[in-house]
Amino acid sequence: MLGVAIRTEPRVFAAAVGGSAVYGIMTVGAASAVGWATDHAVLPAFRAGKVPVGATVTAGLLILGVALAKVMGIIGRRLLAGVMQFRLQSRYRRAVSERYLQLPLSWHRRHPTGQLLSNAGSDVDMTWQFIAPLPMSLGVLIMMVAALVSMVLTDPVLAIVGFLLFPAIIVLNTVYQRFAAPRLAAAQEMRAGVAEIAHESFDGGLVVKTLGREDVETARFAVAADQLRDANIAAGRARAFFDPALEAVPNFGVLVALLVGTSRVASGAIQAGQVVQVAYLITLLAFPLRAIGWVLGELPRSVVGYARVKAVLDARGDMSYGTAQAPAAGAADVRLEHVSFGYAGQEILRDVDLSLRPGSTVALVGPTGAGKSTLTGLLARLSDPDSGSVRLDGTDVREFARGQIPAQVSLVPQQTFLFADSIRDNIRLDRDADDEQVWAALRLAQADRFVKRLPEGLDSVIGERGATLSGGQRQRLALARALIRQPRLLILDDCTASVDPQVEAAILGGLREAAGEGTLASTVLVVAYRKATIALADEVVYVERGRIIDHGPHLELVERCEGYRDLITAYERDHDERDSALQEVGT
Amino acid sequence: MTTATADLESDLDDEQTSPAPGGYQLPEALDGGYAVLRRGVRLAPAFTKGLGLTITFALIATVGRIVIPLTVQQSLDHGILAKGGPDYGVVRNMVAFSAVAVLATAVSAYLMNFRLYTSSERGLAQVRTKAFRHIHDLSLLHQQTEQRGALVSRVTSDIDTVTVFIQEGGMQLFVAAAQVTVVTIVMAVFSWQLTILVWICFVPLFLVMRKIQKRTGRAYRKVRRRYGKMLGEVSEALVGADVLRAYGIEDRVGGRIGAAVENTRDSQVRTQRLIVITFSMGELVVGLVNSAIVVVGVLLGVGGHLSAGDLAAMLFLVNLFISPVQFATEMLNEAQNAIAGWRRIVGLLEQPPDVVDPGTAGVAPPDGPLGVGFEEVVFAYPGGAPVLHSLTTEITARTRVAVVGETGSGKTTFAKLLTRLMDPSSGRILINGVPLKDIGFETLRSRMVMVPQDGFLFDMTVGDNVRYGKPGASDAEVRRAFADLGLTDWLDGLPQGLATRVGQRGESLSAGERQLVALARAYIADPDLLVLDEATSAVDPATEVRITRALDGLTRGRTSIAIAHRLSTAEAADEVFVFDAGEIVERGPHRELVGAGGVYSGLYESWARQQRS
Repeated sequence: MLGVAIRTEPRVFAAAVGGSAVYGIMTVGAASAVGWATDHAVLPAFRAGKVPVGATVTAGLLILGVALAKVMGIIGRRLLAGVMQFRLQSRYRRAVSERYLQLPLSWHRRHPTGQLLSNAGSDVDMTWQFIAPLPMSLGVLIMMVAALVSMVLTDPVLAIVGFLLFPAIIVLNTVYQRFAAPRLAAAQEMRAGVAEIAHESFDGGLVVKTLGREDVETARFAVAADQLRDANIAAGRARAFFDPALEAVPNFGVLVALLVGTSRVASGAIQAGQVVQVAYLITLLAFPLRAIGWVLGELPRSVVGYARVKAVLDARGDMSYGTAQAPAAGAADVRLEHVSFGYAGQEILRDVDLSLRPGSTVALVGPTGAGKSTLTGLLARLSDPDSGSVRLDGTDVREFARGQIPAQVSLVPQQTFLFADSIRDNIRLDRDADDEQVWAALRLAQADRFVKRLPEGLDSVIGERGATLSGGQRQRLALARALIRQPRLLILDDCTASVDPQVEAAILGGLREAAGEGTLASTVLVVAYRKATIALADEVVYVERGRIIDHGPHLELVERCEGYRDLITAYERDHDERDSALQEVGT
Repeated sequence: MTTATADLESDLDDEQTSPAPGGYQLPEALDGGYAVLRRGVRLAPAFTKGLGLTITFALIATVGRIVIPLTVQQSLDHGILAKGGPDYGVVRNMVAFSAVAVLATAVSAYLMNFRLYTSSERGLAQVRTKAFRHIHDLSLLHQQTEQRGALVSRVTSDIDTVTVFIQEGGMQLFVAAAQVTVVTIVMAVFSWQLTILVWICFVPLFLVMRKIQKRTGRAYRKVRRRYGKMLGEVSEALVGADVLRAYGIEDRVGGRIGAAVENTRDSQVRTQRLIVITFSMGELVVGLVNSAIVVVGVLLGVGGHLSAGDLAAMLFLVNLFISPVQFATEMLNEAQNAIAGWRRIVGLLEQPPDVVDPGTAGVAPPDGPLGVGFEEVVFAYPGGAPVLHSLTTEITARTRVAVVGETGSGKTTFAKLLTRLMDPSSGRILINGVPLKDIGFETLRSRMVMVPQDGFLFDMTVGDNVRYGKPGASDAEVRRAFADLGLTDWLDGLPQGLATRVGQRGESLSAGERQLVALARAYIADPDLLVLDEATSAVDPATEVRITRALDGLTRGRTSIAIAHRLSTAEAADEVFVFDAGEIVERGPHRELVGAGGVYSGLYESWARQQRS
């Protein structure tokens, strides 16, 4: 991980470490400056009873100069360390979200949104949290070496005390890591759990409200929040122990140095000033040791975060793309050959053969849960079939280059999704369309009138869930989004269910007109229940339980296909039965 | 608004996105930072529980830190530099005493830390849960204005910013202040002159720092907002994954996320710059102090006011004075981060829900079917034109009403007002003569249930999703609910029946199937008044007719209001309300309206044409 960090930001890292080195050297320098001042200014002054002016001024300036250099070091180290940490975090955040954009929908279905949000948020944060103190702990290594060297120079025997601190710290840290790592991993898991529940619960806010289940939801969330709390406390216990211990070890070192120093002074081997200096140097050592401790303290968290981030980065199953390019224009010829598709062990489509003539309008009809939406998803290559193939103009959809399917196929899904963005951008998406084209699409989708009535027109920002637009209005915006792309294959997945019958008739009439005028050359597949919609189709395909039962012109199907007839005449029969019931009552 | 907050706001202006029409953005608390911090801490009693003992440990740990320099000084003056050669005995006694003190310090520090972790985590868990609950208590307008990811950030990362401050800073800040006080006293004992000198050097630093802190606070607020926005963008890409794929706009969305990520990074770096400036200034003053002590110390020593040991001790003590000051600087910066997060939490929690639960003061209409009255009800989204114009109408108990009309004519608004998901701008709504506003939510939600069009399901099994409408219902009851609605065949067709998992948002099922489960969920709750807002819009005609007929039988005896585009529902209803441009323009049974030549006739004609063509 360290390697990754340094490789990604080598220059920033080097500069930050350089800054820390200056800082480290100058911290030791500060000790030496004070030592020099003691020997050349303080002690002579006290001994002689008069001020050695030159030496005193020099001492003062020396200490000040060292402090200035130290400040430069700090600026370099802290600023750059921060820059490096934030850069790494943003780089990985982008990488993680980039994966989210590439990974197949089947992968998305397996991973709760809240968890993925936590991966891109707190897991990335946590992974690189150790970077900020890192240059410091590397830079202060120099400080440590310098302190040890000046200790040895001062008195080799007392220096041994200084050296003994290291094994003590290593033992301490090993104990800490052992204890903290699993607890931190658990805590991070819980953190994702909290985000997961929060996301789902806010997502379903309307259901929670309409059923008055706020208490149930809060209880569910509280369990997760409490688990996070307990995991954090367990991890905190380790940290609570580590920090004071890290501080106590050098303090014991000072005490031992005093004891040893006294006997050294007594034996005449060294001067009292040297004992003071070593004692001071040990307290100086305490600092780099703590700085290293900070990094070591963060490491288990980083490792845990990185593992979670890596799971996303390493996730596989991306769709593969070929090199085929889409033809420039003209309605598409669509063919499904022996297509089967299953999900979570359940077979949804079985051996489906289907062909849509270029420029034809085909209605896909079938009972709820028959696999219609799945089939439309395969045509738009939202997923690939388990077996069989989907062909556009004879080319397997898997052979098209990236972006070539969306360039020729537009799917308007059953459930409308709008971005928290202006109406204009929701319709244009990535296309360079001018307002005129946007209005034309809105007109075709029968959405121009209500958009015109909005105070800010095309600039109106709609929330993620577009609270103030009705379901039908939202559906029409989604339709306009598809129409502006002038797709070669237009798939309407029951996307006008919330639209008034008259409006729907107007939309379909408009589509037909556009096709007649040649402004819209599309093959159209429409999932529909309304007879009027179906009547506009050249052909009807009837599916039931993942199989194509029959296909042909509407009237023929009504004649020969019982399931289709039952489905399509349900309202009529209902109406007639009510009528006759009324008449019976009347008679 | 005071000048200070106005200033604060103008600085953040570039972050204000223009609110969605009719939406409400969640606020941030705007008062002074420390007021926000105090209010934040007051949100949960756990924060301050046992604080006295924690402070005691903190003080012990602080006093303990001073032992080492004192030992050095005492050992030097009375041991090593003792008249007649080093006195080993004195040094040994001093060291033994110090060792005990160091140990006691470490133990106290551990206890303090641990107690802090415990109390802060407990407090944070309480705040988290409170904030979560509050988001649910806010009205639909609030909830739907914010991106889901941004809402999640309020109960996760915003609260986490407070963690670092409380656990590593808040108490230490207190300790640091104590340490500065204690060290000042000890220093004064050695040399009051030098002590004054030290303070003279630091006072200007404190003054400048206060100014910079304000800017740091603003910078951190920007970070929090941008972070929330970033999570919002990511969550949008996750929720809208299907549309992204279908339209091949990964690059565009990736670009938007990238921009949000980089905005966050830029604001973080800017904050870091301010922090470094503060810290560097501190370090510079430290050098100044050290240098001044040596120079002035020499002068004082020569004047006979100071011993060599005293000066050595002063140099140690100054370090003990400086380190808490440096530390405090860091922590005050961290405090700004915490305040930025707290502003969002406190702002959220202090945002009164605009649809208020009367709670225990609420009244309950007598048991039995519910009738509804609208009296001159007007509704407009904030800043928008009225969607409903002075609506007055009545629905007698046990009636089955169908609500029809063009999209945008006010049908859903009518349903949302009726179930109190929103409150009218003026006028009032009565349930069996009781003002709707006076009915406690618990009663209200158990007796009046609305089934929204989007059949949102939780990531659980089909059975558990239905049970969400009636906690504790047995499998047999759930099965009976499906049977009552004529859906047994569908249920039996599921691979694992009731135990079939529906996936996130129910996406393993088709939209129509999700509506079936949502319907069963509302049905099992057994409300006295049922509102169906196009609850079967994605269901096939045969199934819908079956459900409508089943409900026909089942809803006899209870009031039901169905918003529908499929006019088969209207045919079956006792009464039809026809909405047009925010008003009820016609009402009456289908057979009367159909031939009346009004709006309904037109709607029905086009519907019938579609069915029979």
